[in-house]
This record gives sequence, structure tokens and C-alpha cells, in this order.
Amino acid sequence: MEATQIVEATRDVPFVIGGREFRSRLIVGTGKYETNRLMVDAIRASGADMVTVAVRRVDLDRSQEEGILHHLDPEEFFLLPNTAGCYSAEDATRYARLGRAAGFTDFLKLEVIGDEATLVPDVSATLEAARELVADGFKVLAYTNDDLVTALRLEDAGCAAVMPLASPIGSGLGVVNPHFIREIKRRLDVPVIVDAGVGTASDACITMEQGVDGVLMNTAIAAADDPVAMAEAMNLGTRAGRLAYLAGRMPARGIAVPSSPTRGMLD
Amino acid sequence: MIHVRLNGKQREIDSGQTVGDLLVSLDLRPELIVVERNREILARDRYREVVVEEGDTLEFVHFVGGG
Repeated sequence: MEATQIVEATRDVPFVIGGREFRSRLIVGTGKYETNRLMVDAIRASGADMVTVAVRRVDLDRSQEEGILHHLDPEEFFLLPNTAGCYSAEDATRYARLGRAAGFTDFLKLEVIGDEATLVPDVSATLEAARELVADGFKVLAYTNDDLVTALRLEDAGCAAVMPLASPIGSGLGVVNPHFIREIKRRLDVPVIVDAGVGTASDACITMEQGVDGVLMNTAIAAADDPVAMAEAMNLGTRAGRLAYLAGRMPARGIAVPSSPTRGMLD
Repeated sequence: MIHVRLNGKQREIDSGQTVGDLLVSLDLRPELIVVERNREILARDRYREVVVEEGDTLEFVHFVGGG
């Protein structure tokens, strides 16, 4: 074990969602990679043990069926089905059930989009779907806006985790409103995972410095020039941010304070 | 022959086939595919007994990369 891992192990608490413990606070997506080989290498470099997957029709016009289960071993990674691409509660619950049947897990990343241009979530449809899916036994990790009231409602609805965005999906803008993210984390009891908008390792670090439980990303790794290197950078950034949060940062000041003694100077 | 709608397209297939037969004829591995038949998910252990009928709407889905 490296020295940094020992510090993490002694300072941090287990990362538990819906009664299941995960090793890594970084959750990664599996979309947009140029090759499946690159995807698997990048995911391994990220250190993530939970990865998201989408549910789609098999392309029957192709000679070979190329589902992701041909490349990702469910024994090595915990596959979290998503409802990406759904614009209504009805569609999302349909995809959720297909995902459960495909993956034999009750865990679900619920995502209901409200606007095609910005991919901003439809929070009322998300809430409606969350209530139905929780009643049906799902452990719902709900993607939502960085809006406190919706986050509280999703927790009340029984979601296993609430996942506010850092900024729009695929934008790479980083955390646009750290104050709201901190307040959501402060007010909720269920895990808060920031999902979407991270662009580079410093964004992952800043996200985790807000005290949230985890961070979820896809494009920031997949669209990097070297996804494997960026995956490792995200791994380190996530862990650095978490440790910095646990360490408790010094207060920021508007003026200088000397680091060396002011006494003992020569005449 | 019977007519079915499979993954959004009309197809003519031999009558009397089970869902499992149809999957295998398309080179699909049943253990990796989820089948929705007329908007209801079909349990995997029933693929070999449920016969595809005229006018059925079938969706064969699986996991793909996503975020």
C-alpha cells in the first residue's frame, strides 16, 4: 500500500450507496470511447469500481452483436444502468426495467432530460419516475439540477443517492456553483454525487473539496487526447480533493500572513 | 411466415419459432439480450417456451457504452 493510500484508509469512511460499499469515489461512464480496448484501459486507470452503461436496441443490421458485456466483466466492475436519452417519466421507467433485466441489479442511474439543447434535467419528471421506481424496489441514484429543493424532494422520495450536476452534460465547464453543491451536501443525509460537467482533474478535485461523497464523469475522460492518462489524473484528482476536504483547509485571507518567524531577524 | 415488428422494423419470419429460436437465428446470445414483447419484459427463462406470434412487437436490447 502506498503512503497516500494509508492516509486515505485511516482518515476516510467507507463509500456506501444503497447498502453496498464501493472502493472508489470516482464513478465513470463507458460511452464515447474510440475503441472498447481503450475504454477498458481507461476505466482500469481511473480506479473506478462502478461504471455506468446505457440500454439500447441491438443493431440487427451489423454482422456481429457488440454489446458492452463482451468487453466489461461484471465480476470486475459494478455496472450501473442509466436511463440516458429519456425525456419522460414513462420512458425512464421503461428503460429502468430493461436495465434491471439486463444487469440483475436494482441500482439505477435515473436521468430524465427536459431540454435537448442544454440536456438540463426535467426535475418534475425525474421526481415522478423516482417515486415509481423506489416503490418498485429500485435503488435510485437520481441525476438532477444543482437545486436544493429538488435534491430534498428526491431524498424524500427514497432515492439511494442524489446526483446534482456540476455543469451541463459533456460541457467540461467544471463546478459552476460550488455554493449550491455544498449546501445540498450539508442538507441531505443520503450520499451526494456530483454528476456531469467535470472537464479536467482540477475540476474533479474542486468537486470533491466541496465535501460531496463522489463524482461521476464520462466525457472528460473519453474525449481527452489520451483517455488512459486522463483517467489516472481523475483518479488522483478525486482522491486529492477528498483528502483536502477531510484535512480541513486553512481559512482564505485577503492579505498576506508571513510563513517564517518575524522575530530573530538580524539588526 | 408471420409478420412481426422487431427493433422498429417490419420483418417476415418463419412461424412457430420461440423467442429463443429467433435470437439464435440472428446470432445473438440469449444470456446477453433482454427481450421486450408487446411492451412487457420477457423473463430470460421463458425465451425457449414463448412462441413468437403474428403481429408481435419485439425489442431486443442490451447494454452499450453510456455515461
